Amino acid sequence: MPTVAPFDLAGHCVAAAFLDDIPHFALADGTIHRLDHGAKSVVAHDGLLCAAITWDGMALVTGGEDGKVALTRPDGGTETLAEVPRKWVTSVATGPQGAVAYASGRTAFVRFADGKVKSFDHPRSVEGVAFAPKGMRIAVARYNGATLHFPAAEGKPAELEWAGAHNGITFSPDGNFLVTTMQENALHGWKLADGKHMRMTGYPAKVKSWSWSAKGKWLATSGAPAAIVWPFSAKDGPMGKAPVELGTRGNTMVTSVACHPRDEIVAIGYADGMILAGRIADLKEVVLRRGGKSAVTSMAWDAAGIRLAFGSEEGECGVVDISA
Amino acid sequence: MAEAQTNAGNGTQIPVTVLTGYLGAGKTTLLNRILSENHGKRYAVIVNEFGEIGIDNDLIVESDEEIYEMNNGCICCTVRGDLIRTVEGLMRRPGRFDAILVETTGLADPVPVAQTFFMDDDVRAKTRLDAVVALVDAKHLPLRLKDSREAEDQIAFADVIVLNKTDLVTPEELAKVEGLIRAINPTAKIHKTSRSAVDLSAVLDRGAFDLKRALETDPHFLDADDEHDHDHHDHDHHHASDIHDVTVNSISLRAGEMDPKKFFPWIEKITQAEGPNILRLKGIIALKGDDERYVVQGVHMIIEGDHQRPWKDGEKRESRLVFIGRNLDAERLKRTFEACQA
Repeated sequence: MPTVAPFDLAGHCVAAAFLDDIPHFALADGTIHRLDHGAKSVVAHDGLLCAAITWDGMALVTGGEDGKVALTRPDGGTETLAEVPRKWVTSVATGPQGAVAYASGRTAFVRFADGKVKSFDHPRSVEGVAFAPKGMRIAVARYNGATLHFPAAEGKPAELEWAGAHNGITFSPDGNFLVTTMQENALHGWKLADGKHMRMTGYPAKVKSWSWSAKGKWLATSGAPAAIVWPFSAKDGPMGKAPVELGTRGNTMVTSVACHPRDEIVAIGYADGMILAGRIADLKEVVLRRGGKSAVTSMAWDAAGIRLAFGSEEGECGVVDISA
Repeated sequence: MAEAQTNAGNGTQIPVTVLTGYLGAGKTTLLNRILSENHGKRYAVIVNEFGEIGIDNDLIVESDEEIYEMNNGCICCTVRGDLIRTVEGLMRRPGRFDAILVETTGLADPVPVAQTFFMDDDVRAKTRLDAVVALVDAKHLPLRLKDSREAEDQIAFADVIVLNKTDLVTPEELAKVEGLIRAINPTAKIHKTSRSAVDLSAVLDRGAFDLKRALETDPHFLDADDEHDHDHHDHDHHHASDIHDVTVNSISLRAGEMDPKKFFPWIEKITQAEGPNILRLKGIIALKGDDERYVVQGVHMIIEGDHQRPWKDGEKRESRLVFIGRNLDAERLKRTFEACQA
């Protein structure tokens, strides 16, 4: 039986994450809490909007209402990497060699490990940024499509067009596909080799959480009464294929998903605070948390895939241990 | 839909006031008053530029105006993407403010701003549009109307109009400007003032989009063509044509009790077909066999309706509907509306 160790905080949890195997909870007020032999915390921002874990899993990069991009380590040390005065930093992403991308208004920035910053202006707002899994390349989600930049080189960006407002953005772990969440209740994708489009529609709500499975064979998403899990193992990704619906419930919505680091299992968090684990192969489900006062907003597995950190809209956070 | 319903129960929705008006109409002055005067409420303010706001406040957020067309083939379905993002961020830390104020640029189209609060499920679950307030410069309005469709749209779309800088015009000029405003929008409340010195309670917490409140708090609603309304008799669509620079017209319809089997398909069809031409619609409908007043309101193709309250004893059970828009066929609307009578 899984056991839940609750960790009640006050405020919206933007991100739950394991840094060096220590569970961290980044709250919207700017405080980053951690459970490291007792509850500890550090204030990283006045208002925290977005977060991404570094590729080595040893730090959390966050963007805030205070215009700062901060990096926080599991020892509680926090430093400001960059600042955009009087603007909100609304999206952050982490990349290779300690690079960080962030967005504010109509500009995307890439900060290299040596502190050098390169900026990319766009005609419309940068809604999301993501690094490609290989090479120094970023993708920007914008109105009517996505833009690809090579920050380490000069040259023209590559534009991918699709009408509508694109909000979130992610590369598939093999680098073959680029996927966006849209203002409409849909995902859009491009096969990067030939620019072929993928439309993933049918959601009753906006997709706000997604997670690639181990080896990138599946993309699990929120936005429906079940986790909608798209197959990406075929040459053309999910084109012409139906998604797997995992953990279907009749009366509530999936608000957060997190794929297990090794097995094809998805942790599914719901609007009523419940968390299930569902296996893609046979659709078997296990209850990890019965429910709570508010929607699950973020979840993350530890490296071993034994503990799941979760956070919610009203600050009910905690860690589920599935080994017991 | 499902999500909107799930979230609807979580606490109360934060009211949002939208402040429009041409450059120089006095928006910043009014904004500074709202931020500094002691009215017991804390406001989060979303502005396009910090500009002249002289007040240092963590809750003033600068935001790039982003109009996003929805990918559903409907050209009037536009939202403000930056507002969705900013409101979502603000609402993650509730308790810091009691209400939100959105200041638009002088040239802004108020429609996408308003539609954001109806079309985005997440925004709608946490906030509610309270009113659209337009500041109008009494001196320069006639000139503005000549060169800009936006100035007209802002007036047409407003619930509250602050007719500012009245000290700079003669009583005759003022009467003419007021006539112009009435020709564009017969239902908005007009407050005449100078230096934006309007009573803040006339601007804030109006409940103009609240179906239960909107048509109740305003005793003059839809009375524009009543004979007792002596202020202005040149407002209706037949007379609007002699004001050359006005392209918006309003159509006030009046009829008896409606057959719900005819009325609902009719209003649905009209808003689908004429949606792009309709800026606002408001109405009180008497449905045959129904003891409660039915109220409707709409923005372009978005339409909402609900029962409001029981008809009072002696209250005349009639149906009234006002359209504000462009290129609306008054004769056809009148004929088809009347055909819905029971």
